[in-house]
Amino acid sequence: MTFSADLAIAWPEMILAGSALLLLVVGAFAPRALMLVGGGAVLALAAAAVAAAIQPFGSAFADGLISDAGAVFAKVAIYAASAVAIPLGLGWFARQNVRNFEFPVLILLAALGMGMMVSSGDLISLYVGIELQSLALYVLAAMHRDNAKASEAGLKYFVLGALSSGLLLYGASLIYGFAGSTIFTDIAVAAKGGANTGLLFGLVFLICGIAFKVSAAPFHMWTPDVYEGAPTPVVAFFAAAPKLAAMVLFARVLANGFAGAADQWQQILIALAMISVLVGAFAGLVQKNLKRLWAYSSIANVGYAVLGLASGTSEGVQAMLVFMVLYMIDVTGFFACLTALSRQGRAMETLDDMAGLIRERPGLALAMTVFSLSALGLPPLSGFWAKFYVFKAALHAGLWGPAVIGLVGSVVAAFYYLRLIKSIWFDASPGATDKPPLEARTIALACAVFALPLVMIALTWLDPLATQAAHAFGLA
Amino acid sequence: MTGMPLLSLITYAPLVGVVGLLALRLMGKPDDARTLEAGKWIALLTTLATLALSVWLVVRFDPKVAAFQFPEDTPWFAGLHYRMGVDGISVLFVLLTAFLMPLCIAASWRSITTRVLEYLICFLLLEALVIGVFCALDIVLFYVFFEFGLVPMFLIIGIWGGARRVYAAFKFFLYTLLGSVLMLAAILFMISSAGTSSIPELMTHHFDPAVQTWLWLAFFASFAVKMPMWPVHTWLPDAHVEAPTAGSVILAGILLKMGGYGFMRFSLPMFPNASEMFTPLVFALSVIAVVYTSLVAFRQTDVKKLIAYSSVAHMGFVTMGIFSGNAVGEQGALFQMISHGVISGALFLCVGVVYDRMHTREIAFYGGLVKRMPWYAAVFMLFTMGNVGLPGTSGFVGEILTLTGTYGVSTWTAIIAATGVILSAVYALSLYRRVIFGQITNPKLSDINDLDWREVAIFAPLIASTLYLGLQPNFVFDLTGASVDQLVRVYQTAVGG
Repeated sequence: MTFSADLAIAWPEMILAGSALLLLVVGAFAPRALMLVGGGAVLALAAAAVAAAIQPFGSAFADGLISDAGAVFAKVAIYAASAVAIPLGLGWFARQNVRNFEFPVLILLAALGMGMMVSSGDLISLYVGIELQSLALYVLAAMHRDNAKASEAGLKYFVLGALSSGLLLYGASLIYGFAGSTIFTDIAVAAKGGANTGLLFGLVFLICGIAFKVSAAPFHMWTPDVYEGAPTPVVAFFAAAPKLAAMVLFARVLANGFAGAADQWQQILIALAMISVLVGAFAGLVQKNLKRLWAYSSIANVGYAVLGLASGTSEGVQAMLVFMVLYMIDVTGFFACLTALSRQGRAMETLDDMAGLIRERPGLALAMTVFSLSALGLPPLSGFWAKFYVFKAALHAGLWGPAVIGLVGSVVAAFYYLRLIKSIWFDASPGATDKPPLEARTIALACAVFALPLVMIALTWLDPLATQAAHAFGLA
Repeated sequence: MTGMPLLSLITYAPLVGVVGLLALRLMGKPDDARTLEAGKWIALLTTLATLALSVWLVVRFDPKVAAFQFPEDTPWFAGLHYRMGVDGISVLFVLLTAFLMPLCIAASWRSITTRVLEYLICFLLLEALVIGVFCALDIVLFYVFFEFGLVPMFLIIGIWGGARRVYAAFKFFLYTLLGSVLMLAAILFMISSAGTSSIPELMTHHFDPAVQTWLWLAFFASFAVKMPMWPVHTWLPDAHVEAPTAGSVILAGILLKMGGYGFMRFSLPMFPNASEMFTPLVFALSVIAVVYTSLVAFRQTDVKKLIAYSSVAHMGFVTMGIFSGNAVGEQGALFQMISHGVISGALFLCVGVVYDRMHTREIAFYGGLVKRMPWYAAVFMLFTMGNVGLPGTSGFVGEILTLTGTYGVSTWTAIIAATGVILSAVYALSLYRRVIFGQITNPKLSDINDLDWREVAIFAPLIASTLYLGLQPNFVFDLTGASVDQLVRVYQTAVGG
């Protein structure tokens, strides 16, 4: 394969890297031109998405970078979610009088890292992708520099993230040692018919590292603190796209590298999924802060996505992809609502703050109700269809025990979503709220409209796309 | 096949009203008296239009055909279809729903004073969802309608309910949700093992008897809670007591019927062997429901709670009839559900009449109402008799048929359940005596007024239908006959009877 043919597959990455550097220069010379930098970043993401969609399938750089239906599917979703985060964040930072042009650039770099994660074909590009994404996210979390909580969140995220990277690297080195290669397809040969003890050790460490990134229990400790401390629009970003990227990477490693050891990793994934669902459901019950609450909700939801993957079938991967895309829209919308709401300049973040919101801000209150019901898994909202796919795949693969536990977990979690709805609808409002900013409101309402009626139409084309994408992973 | 999707039209007609009300809510001043008046008329006209469409449906429905009529089928995603259709079992429930809804709107005309537009939106949404439940022929579509109905009901109880409304709303929601997620697991399993989500096809699919047992239990978990059967009935009294009058009417009149409908649509035809195996269990629970909740009802001090417990007892007859597995029992169960929908709805409206005036549901508060409210006393008397099952009212037909149907299958069940007929007379008549007869001892009652024209207009159709169904029960049997016969035939063939 020639170098130019390699580059043809790396167009999205080149666009993103190039424009990130360019915008950095623009920002350095014109730090006030936030609109220019932000607009440029959105354009770059759109261009990268188009490039990803039209580029030829294949692999480049000695199988380090893969372009297939799965990567394209994930990339388009990731770039879109990143593009949404830019206006949301710029508006918020402007209202806090923090004017930093680095924000869009960091989002671009994170998107670049995520794109590499979902296309990675060996352990090296996997690690490079994860680190690029994570470093951008650490900075984003701490971006609100004068805020002690945000700095704390950034630091916590960094320390724990570094620990997980260590685990991941250790696992990767073991795998390399026992398989003799870092390329997934070579590892697959070594893992054929079941992984030997050394490979399995490596795989377990690798899975633990990735579980950190997707915040699956018992590697979830950082999530609530980071969600609570980080700026809300930043949470809207890193609760969505990075999770999808990490889940696709998860699927990539397991399906491309360890398809032969499916029986072995299936057990680990089932355990991860069950612990996540139960921790997310029960620990969420005592939360008063909505950002923490949604952190636990995301832990439970990641549990469902992992359950889809645990099916070990192409149907399971498809379920995971649909799940993550629908979940991403929900969670972005929810945090957009939180970004939009404030009372006398103070952010509304607790359950009690939401009291009587339906009288104050009917549109946003309705949107929040939709997201809560969707996360609860009530049909016909998007969260239900997401779970529908996952449980169908799990039951088809014979995992009826975990599926039933997952469903019962969703009833437990229903209690805290209902409590939010109760606050919004039943309680009396403590006072007037500020006028919500246009961009956050628009994003929140658009996501809500998707979650209720549109999803039923959107799935008619999302379903075949996800099926194609899942086939690319090559599981049965 | 017809060119026009009549069932979709009926299902989504209420949503037109929802859109209108939303527009009103967002454009106008939501608390302006004229806006509210306009909103109420929009809601009433929408429900009346839906009723007209449903009547037309029943007129055009061919009772001689056992299969599903007015079919609609459009492919959706993931192998699911948008399928609608009605047979003799479901068509009546559509009519019942459309019949009770305008009455509910009219009953709330004055008693609901806060957040009126939201209230009306909830009701119209609920109507669309309930009709959808009865028309859906795709099992996932059914589940969508079935589950989403929880939301408007949760809001109705939680916002416009009584003192402990939040507790009742949560209990209602979580109880029914737990039942339904198990059903969801079963539904997903059925889809993946039968390869279709079409209800008619699933009815002919033969599931392995060992699997049937588990699937039956999962469905039972959901429908038994909805029904509600003893011992998972405890959410019902709380929900009823706290719900506003119209909410109680819908709850008792329609939502409870979804459980019975589910048993007839899913449990019996799809898992006949398991149904037969579990018949003794269902009989036992039904008999306990009939006797025990009748006794509990007798000891209540709250009018609504009393009627709520009597609903559980009446639903005991329904489950008993359904699982008798013969045509008489099925017909009786169907009839009992329709009749209970009308009578219990009317009883809750009767309570609403005095509650609107006095704002209490304590039985001890009342007494001697006949002196001040003779017309009310007469209306209440009729529905009390219907509840007791007096011949000539619709209540009698359902009870006698379910008992007859069960007698052939399990004599003892029928004999014990028959005591429920007497017990219902005990609690219903004693309620009537305590509220209506005697002297007015409570000075607050001295200037209570009799029914006004609006209340008369609400009760008139209910009185008419109670008597009509009681004297002309063939109206129901003609419609349901062919479908019930087929259901029984399929069931009996499967269990080798």
